[in-house]
Amino acid sequence: MHDWEVLFQGVNFERLLGGLWTSFSIALVAVLFSLVVGVPLGIAAASRNRWLRGGFQVYLQAIRVLPPLVLLFVFYFYLSLVTKVNLSAYASAITVFTLWGAAEMGDLVRGAVTSIPKHQYESAAALGLNPVQVQLRIVVPQSVRRLLPQAVNLVTRMIKTTSLVVLIGVVEVLKVGQQIIDVNRFEYPSAALWVYAAVFFMYFAVCYSISKAAAVLERRLA
Amino acid sequence: MDLSTLTEYLPLYAQAAWLTLWVGVAGIALSFVIGVLCAAVRHFRIPVLRNVAGVYVELSRNTPLVVQLFFLYFGLPKLGILISSEQCAVIGLAFLGGSYMAEALRSGLEAVESIQTQSALALGLNPVQTLRHVVLPQAVAISVPALAANVVFLLKETSVVSIVALPDLVYVAKDLIGNDYNTVEALALLVGFYLVLLLPLSLLFAWLERRLRADGRRAKSRAPKTLGSWAVKEAAHA
Repeated sequence: MHDWEVLFQGVNFERLLGGLWTSFSIALVAVLFSLVVGVPLGIAAASRNRWLRGGFQVYLQAIRVLPPLVLLFVFYFYLSLVTKVNLSAYASAITVFTLWGAAEMGDLVRGAVTSIPKHQYESAAALGLNPVQVQLRIVVPQSVRRLLPQAVNLVTRMIKTTSLVVLIGVVEVLKVGQQIIDVNRFEYPSAALWVYAAVFFMYFAVCYSISKAAAVLERRLA
Repeated sequence: MDLSTLTEYLPLYAQAAWLTLWVGVAGIALSFVIGVLCAAVRHFRIPVLRNVAGVYVELSRNTPLVVQLFFLYFGLPKLGILISSEQCAVIGLAFLGGSYMAEALRSGLEAVESIQTQSALALGLNPVQTLRHVVLPQAVAISVPALAANVVFLLKETSVVSIVALPDLVYVAKDLIGNDYNTVEALALLVGFYLVLLLPLSLLFAWLERRLRADGRRAKSRAPKTLGSWAVKEAAHA
């Protein structure tokens, strides 16, 4: 049972890390876009305008009711058919996970903003702050404190969810792992055990660190 | 969209939906059992076991189901552990879900203030009665929204079981797209069947949560702090 050596034969380990980077890059880009889209969306969803609030709820529930994989399938297979634009699996994944992430991020922002109690606004107004000052000095700092740990947690959720891209044919870490296993079928017959264990712990190392960072943030800011 | 294609495909999807439902129900039931065990072990601070449970929860929560399934299905046979596709999917779902259930139950147990236990003991209830009549009813009520959310989450997670060669809804859709190029029909049925499975459940749980919250508000305005009202009110914050 020294088949674990397959992990470090040639450039195998680098290749696995490269595969991991493929899915992480999708996650990172999607998280960035989700922030850009989700924050204004969440602020709009926390407003008093019922159309804005209702519209956001419709969007959020429409995204949430289906599994992300089904969204990915619909987008990848259907949209290229209708629009005649041949979007790569990679680009489709970024688009779908941005749609998904923006909804989740929007909901977090909405939750953080609406969790500020009414007396905070009233006290600030009573102290003579104008509406802009109330937002900038009272609402935003408190919302950000509540939002930050949850937003960091959204990054780990995004990383875990982007592992789905293997199902639409993106060559990421599991696919690279499969290739390594197939090439070494005779030399290292039990390579599958070690390669998939390695992938498991790679994901764990990254997500666990980020979760812990979120927990630390939560303690510090609370 | 072609209606005859839809009717032709319908039985295939119905069969696949049963599989999805079966794997989902079995996996969720098992994850609830694991969750109860882990939450109990950690809540009562049982030595060694609580550490095992702690490591398990972190491993399960910080890895994706796809990766867990790949390891179970392709990795474990190399150790001589052969499991069927169905078993693999159920075990994978339970491995993932167990930690989510455990965390939901644990946060419920932790939300019951220690004064509740102290008061119960002071009133002469023994530890078992305290747990049975005072702590558990409140803890479970607090956990319900999180547990319900987990059920929906896990049912959605079953969508990846096609990677362990199970003919679920996604598998059928992909197969039909590849074979017949009837992409629109195949995807419409995929979305339709998932909506049939998930929408009623989501609506039911949303209604349940609203009701719990409304009960909490009403109970709160009625002032005297009974055990029941306290639990429900707290549920709204969970």
